[in-house]
Amino acid sequence: MKDKTRLSDLSRPSGEQLLHLDPEDLQPLPMSRDDGSSGHAWAPLSQQVRDRYECDLDDTCALSLPRPKTPEQERELVGQFLAGLEKLFTRENNWTFLQPLLLTVEHCARCQTCSDACHVYESSGRAEIYRPTYRSEVFRRLYYKHVKGGGLLSAWQHGAIDLTWPMVARLAELAYRCNLCRRCAQTCPIGADNGLVTHEIRKLFSQEMGIAPKELHESGSMLQLKSGSSTGMNARAVRDNVQFIDEEMSEKTGLAVETPWDVEGADILLIHNAGEVLAWPENPGAFAVLLNAAGVSWTLSSELAAYDAVNYGVWYDDAQLARVALMHAQVAKKLKVGKIVMGECGHAHKALFVIADRILTGDLNIPRESCLTLLRDIVVGGRVKLDPSRNDFPVTLHDPCNMVRLMGIVEPQREILRRICPQFREMHPHGVDNYCCGGGSGFAIMSGHNFQDWRAQVSGRKKIEQILNAFAECLDPSRPKYVCAPCSNCKGQIRDALNYHDLWEKHRILYGGLVELIVNAMEDVTPGFIEWEWR
Amino acid sequence: MTVVLYLVIAAAVLAFVVASLERAVRYARAPLHLRWELYPVPHEKPARVAYGGSYFETSEWWKVPRHFSLIGELRFMVPEILFLKALRENNRPLWFRSFPFHFGLYLLTGSCGLILLTAGLSVLQGRPISGVVGTGLRETYTLGGVSGLVLALVGAAALLHRRLTAPDLRSYTTPGDILNLLFFLVAFGLLGVGYLLRPEGSAGVLTIVTGILRWDPTPQVAPVFAAGLVVTSVLTAYIPLTHMSHFVAKYFTYHSVRWDDAPLRDNRRIAAAFAEYLTYRPTWSAPHMKAGGATTWAEVAATNPKVGGEKRS
Repeated sequence: MKDKTRLSDLSRPSGEQLLHLDPEDLQPLPMSRDDGSSGHAWAPLSQQVRDRYECDLDDTCALSLPRPKTPEQERELVGQFLAGLEKLFTRENNWTFLQPLLLTVEHCARCQTCSDACHVYESSGRAEIYRPTYRSEVFRRLYYKHVKGGGLLSAWQHGAIDLTWPMVARLAELAYRCNLCRRCAQTCPIGADNGLVTHEIRKLFSQEMGIAPKELHESGSMLQLKSGSSTGMNARAVRDNVQFIDEEMSEKTGLAVETPWDVEGADILLIHNAGEVLAWPENPGAFAVLLNAAGVSWTLSSELAAYDAVNYGVWYDDAQLARVALMHAQVAKKLKVGKIVMGECGHAHKALFVIADRILTGDLNIPRESCLTLLRDIVVGGRVKLDPSRNDFPVTLHDPCNMVRLMGIVEPQREILRRICPQFREMHPHGVDNYCCGGGSGFAIMSGHNFQDWRAQVSGRKKIEQILNAFAECLDPSRPKYVCAPCSNCKGQIRDALNYHDLWEKHRILYGGLVELIVNAMEDVTPGFIEWEWR
Repeated sequence: MTVVLYLVIAAAVLAFVVASLERAVRYARAPLHLRWELYPVPHEKPARVAYGGSYFETSEWWKVPRHFSLIGELRFMVPEILFLKALRENNRPLWFRSFPFHFGLYLLTGSCGLILLTAGLSVLQGRPISGVVGTGLRETYTLGGVSGLVLALVGAAALLHRRLTAPDLRSYTTPGDILNLLFFLVAFGLLGVGYLLRPEGSAGVLTIVTGILRWDPTPQVAPVFAAGLVVTSVLTAYIPLTHMSHFVAKYFTYHSVRWDDAPLRDNRRIAAAFAEYLTYRPTWSAPHMKAGGATTWAEVAATNPKVGGEKRS
């Protein structure tokens, strides 16, 4: 694809779509159809949607931002954007990320080293608007012009930019074409972080203009603050569901399984992504089986928000991040537990352990530990008897960016897999150099309009390529294969992408968590915990 | 005219130092931020640095003293600073151009340091430095200066060529970027030509620096060489005003952002800073923020916008 899109094109008038991706533009997938596309047709946005919402960036729409009806409305929105832009660079409003933001905005040399590290840019066939520096450069020029008050000299030095409503609307959408995996930042020779710029643009739109994807805000963090979970489950519903899971696990494993609730003074408060309870009940079920068998003192909590680890604010809004993190910590404090252990959820790990660490002051700074180290200790410590031959099928490991590149939890999950999975093989690259699953930064739960097409075809494409390569010598469907993804959102994205590209049907590639593999290998458990059927 | 040249050089050096310091102080005084580290973090245990592991891999990590290795950081920083390791690994075509440019600047800077040392010593002892030490210093800074100038010129030309011809760089290149590289080419070109063509008996670099230290205006500086020195001085003062000051920023992007994995636990400095930040009053306007300048960040964080905006205990 010879993409001639320029920075100034972001200001093109409303109604002009900036990018259209043809299947032949996309990076071909190995061992798949010659044209690199899947059997699925990419559903185009309807004219009704295009008329109603700002969808002038590319072939999809993440925000469903209504089109302003009058020039006055446009001017008002541009004014709000400018106000938010200025606030991003003030201590009072953005002390949370002011220093790294200034460092990146003022020093990126636009050397484009980061471009080759970006899976979205590469998978799209190098579409210019997906280049990590594209949105950052627009943002940088706006900063110099409108925050630093630059005139002609500044425009000459830093580049000119015209601020219009179509540009603002496209920039809002463009902030949701990046997985925030920060692979780009990892390669930057200067240490600039264009992923951070995306994060800050999202914050501007949310915190000043109230603009965020519905799945992340209204149906996400706001629902969690209201009912306790972004799934909408209240405490009663989640307890009922977990009770049902316990019964099913008891029947399936042959062990009596009972999940403890609200146990004061327990060693561990375990917090799952509540999506697991609904979508993959075998995951919280496997935790219950394993922790009980290992004799761990643990509990779940039925307090508001404490039975759902998710913290979507980490992707778009500092206030929402802080609110949910505080709730998690307050519950742990109230229960007087020894520590919080986070279940298999990458962004929840990063939100509570890393990003929110310094706002959990005083006795709210409850010790927090990853489930991966707990699971490693159980497996390596021999606290349950394991039979690796039960996992004698090809297994590869997906590294969730939040746990690995952004937290440095790399080896515990590998120590486990090397012990219990005789046919474990790595993807390439892996560890801190991994590629995002394509569902990072909230995409895994965003499916409005045809966004699912975009994330299966573009943002998730690199991961599919890695999975196919990892299983290259055993793609025959007679051999079932397992992609281990110890993160709920990664699992959701991998499920959607495998399904989209028919890889269960064609190659019998299944996905699942880590704890399921451990329970599948437990000698005391009835064989066949992992069921080879699509879910 | 020699006095004017002295003034320009001294002012440029002063401007460079002041502007660089101002930039460094500005970043240093920016609030501590929420953690945003990126692995590998080189002050971790060497075995972990190799694959990018962190203390989060340790069970009950908060009970274990935190490992911090300055040697580990230096092991990363020295090849990065001297040889632009990250660029070499991630963008080899650019490295072939950028490395000679930067290494040339290092050689020039080092040579300037040696010239200053030589001049300072001769001023202190009241006569030129002679003998093995004097010869060694002169040969070292001459070799370093000339090779540095050549490398920087070649690198600047190569970078400018790439900026103007590579499509992915061209569309992101501003007139200012072109000026910056042209500035280097003109300054160092004049400096080199002026140095080589200066008439016998006219002042060389050591004479000029010694003259500045003694404030002795008698040395005669050849016009082209003087022009080179003036343009280079202006360039020196200009650099910290632009994104080329990334030699300042890079310390912070690595040490204060990528590698800042210090947990809050028991860290009084961080706790005190964050206690202050939580009293700030944000003015974000979105309804769910419940901000508006009247409430503090602590209050915003403790407010549940879905429960009538009530504060939680």
